[in-house]
Amino acid sequence: MSEPTPPVRQAAGARGAQADAARTNLLSGLRGVGELRHLGLFVALALLVAVGLVTRPDAFATASNLVSVLSLAATIGVITVGATFVIIGGGIDLSVGAVMALASVWATTLATQSYGPVVMAVCAVLVGTGAGLVNGLLIAYGRLVPFIATLAMLVAARGLAQRMSDRKTQLVQQPDNGAIVSLSTTRVLGIPLLVYVFALVVVLGWVVLNRTTFGRRTYAVGGNPEAARLAGIDVRRHTMLLYALSGLCCGIAAILIMARTTTGSSTHGDLYELDAIAAVIIGGTLLTGGRGTIMGSILGLLIFTLITNLFILNGLNTSDQLIAKGLIIVVAVLLQRRNLKERAP
Amino acid sequence: MLVMRGIVKQFPGVRALDGVDLDVRAGEVHCLLGQNGAGKSTLIKVLAGVHQPDEGTITFNGAEARPGSPIDAIRLGFATIYQELDLVDGLSVAENIFLGHEHARLGFVDRAAGRRAAREVLERLGHPEIRPNAEVGRLPPAAKQVVSMARALSHDARLIIMDEPSAALAHDEVANLFRIIRELTAQGVAVVYISHRLEEIREIGDRVTVLKDGRTVAVGLPARDTPTSRVVSLMTGRDVEYVFPPRSSRPPGEEVLRVEGLSAPGAFSGVSFSVRAGEIVGLAGLVGSGRSEILEAVYGARRAAGRVLLGGRPVRRGVTHAVRSGMGLAPEERKAQALLLDQSVTANITLGSLPGFARFGWIDRGRERAEAARLADLLDIRPPDTERPVRTLSGGNQQKAVLARWLVGGRRLLLLDEPTRGVDVGARAELYAVIRDLADRGIAVLLVSSEVPEVLGLSDRVLVLREGTVIHEGDAAVLDEHRVLDMIMEGRAA
Repeated sequence: MSEPTPPVRQAAGARGAQADAARTNLLSGLRGVGELRHLGLFVALALLVAVGLVTRPDAFATASNLVSVLSLAATIGVITVGATFVIIGGGIDLSVGAVMALASVWATTLATQSYGPVVMAVCAVLVGTGAGLVNGLLIAYGRLVPFIATLAMLVAARGLAQRMSDRKTQLVQQPDNGAIVSLSTTRVLGIPLLVYVFALVVVLGWVVLNRTTFGRRTYAVGGNPEAARLAGIDVRRHTMLLYALSGLCCGIAAILIMARTTTGSSTHGDLYELDAIAAVIIGGTLLTGGRGTIMGSILGLLIFTLITNLFILNGLNTSDQLIAKGLIIVVAVLLQRRNLKERAP
Repeated sequence: MLVMRGIVKQFPGVRALDGVDLDVRAGEVHCLLGQNGAGKSTLIKVLAGVHQPDEGTITFNGAEARPGSPIDAIRLGFATIYQELDLVDGLSVAENIFLGHEHARLGFVDRAAGRRAAREVLERLGHPEIRPNAEVGRLPPAAKQVVSMARALSHDARLIIMDEPSAALAHDEVANLFRIIRELTAQGVAVVYISHRLEEIREIGDRVTVLKDGRTVAVGLPARDTPTSRVVSLMTGRDVEYVFPPRSSRPPGEEVLRVEGLSAPGAFSGVSFSVRAGEIVGLAGLVGSGRSEILEAVYGARRAAGRVLLGGRPVRRGVTHAVRSGMGLAPEERKAQALLLDQSVTANITLGSLPGFARFGWIDRGRERAEAARLADLLDIRPPDTERPVRTLSGGNQQKAVLARWLVGGRRLLLLDEPTRGVDVGARAELYAVIRDLADRGIAVLLVSSEVPEVLGLSDRVLVLREGTVIHEGDAAVLDEHRVLDMIMEGRAA
């Protein structure tokens, strides 16, 4: 059924449109101050900080605690940036944790280590990107459902990592390859380098998503693939690149985890995919694609990491921590759905 | 048997049914005729229990009937066979036939009983060769139609509504369909039959009811002897006058698009034509005549044999190449196929030409906004704020945003599929003026519309399509709606 609108209704629509315009102007004005739509996330974060200050006034606000929160967040944070792209683009990547583990193992084999820290880093990035590219090819050109393709990659990448490492934890050789570890031990202004790497990835991710044709196309491909295709965008190629980008982020995350743990291991990054996806969802990105922000994902991740931190500081049960996280995901999504309804015309 | 009186159905912004009367007798084939948007589909959905009428009465066998849900409708003995078959592809034939009323005992499906019953129904329909165990997704369209019909019969339907049942069928399959319909009516079942093909209606129908703009304009016409001209004038007699801009007095420029022997199996065949710069060429035809499919094939969005040349050079297959070589498509389903509803007007306008605003992938947002604002102004998109989400615009202004997309960077050929669908009368006139203006600037335009007056009024030249072939090509100014409808429905070239 088409919807021919009689003229009378249009007049009413025009009046509503003016009110809408005023609201939009107000919104774009506020955007300069800070993303209004992330207000809820900021409030949640502030609440968690308050809880920390009240329950453990001695330990929470210390520099060392905050640094450890950020260091913990950095690894998954880099992965979350990639996951945000994939999910805005209408896909899902379940293989991130396993791909990171594979990259860390590949980069810490004796053979790779003999070439020094730079080659190790490049190796991790290439392995990650390569695995992502395989995901992308299977999904974009092999027409596999993203869930299935990346699930297969999750299993296979873990298996390959176990095979390469013989299920042993591989140490980063020091002092030869200490440069890798120094990402975690060297501090600038009291903050480890790996946190700066995380920040850089976030900023770059934001720029690519908001200021480049790649980012714009990501929203288009996720929001309305048919419209994107008919507008002349190569949707398949773009989809493939999104998974390659996610893989690239896993490679970078592998470097960070090698730095933090001084090891490469097939057990690294277990269930990271769930944390990354949860952070993206809490951050307001639609799982159906087309809408979302890097900022939201990072706030979502910080909320998750802070919860972990608070439970540890207060010596609480990790099982309860998981229950709390589950509740938070549900509450966040319910709240966002209400917001969406209000915004709908 | 069935009497509907003064049925009114109001949707937000549109009165889909505005006083419809319908009388159907037991054992007859009652045909429902009307143009697209006349209210046929809504009327069917009222009978099927999908929509509840706002006013009016329905009586069935003398008792008041108000199907409040599809289940109610089935209990009353109404069965509907939709145009898009509503079968579950992954289930078997038997499972589909008894979907919702399975042969079951204590919640366990009795599959053997289901298969037996399915075989009986299929035999009754003259199709014992369809195996009850076969997966429906693997059946040819004609067999699916039979399964749909079997489902209707399995409910012991007294009234069967068929929405364009012959659209998916080949000629001999239509004959079989008619045989089944005759058997049903001989048993006292009434059939409400909807089709655009007048010759079918003459063959199978008993009486005809004509709908126009949500109202009944004729009840109980004899299907066999009512002259076509009378039916057509009942369907078209219009209240709304369209305002079309004057055609250009200048002769069209050089040839922009040339299509040679374009064919796609099942959609269209041997289609050849050309469009010149500054010329608007319209494709007229019914749903299923291949008009939209031809547009998609030209745009590279649909596989087809044959050649498409733009400015004398063959276009490589694929939308990306079509866009690069200077084509733009405003697709039929504006919201589903063209717009990013949550994104700004600007982002929607520049979507087709992003690289033009970017250097090394970095978008120059100032230039992007300026160009979008210029085009919004040129096409008079209201409100003039290009940063608001496109969702908040009216249908006409959304369509202008889609048109604006293809004005960035100078297109040579615009393909417009139903450019005024869902647009109100005032905004239509504006869109017509915009489209004519674009042509006057030297763009070649290929237009598809289900509304014949629109094609005739806006185009310079018209191709009339019927079942995938061009049956007439000529100057739009010398054709009128009656003649085109005659050609479309009777299959006679002028």
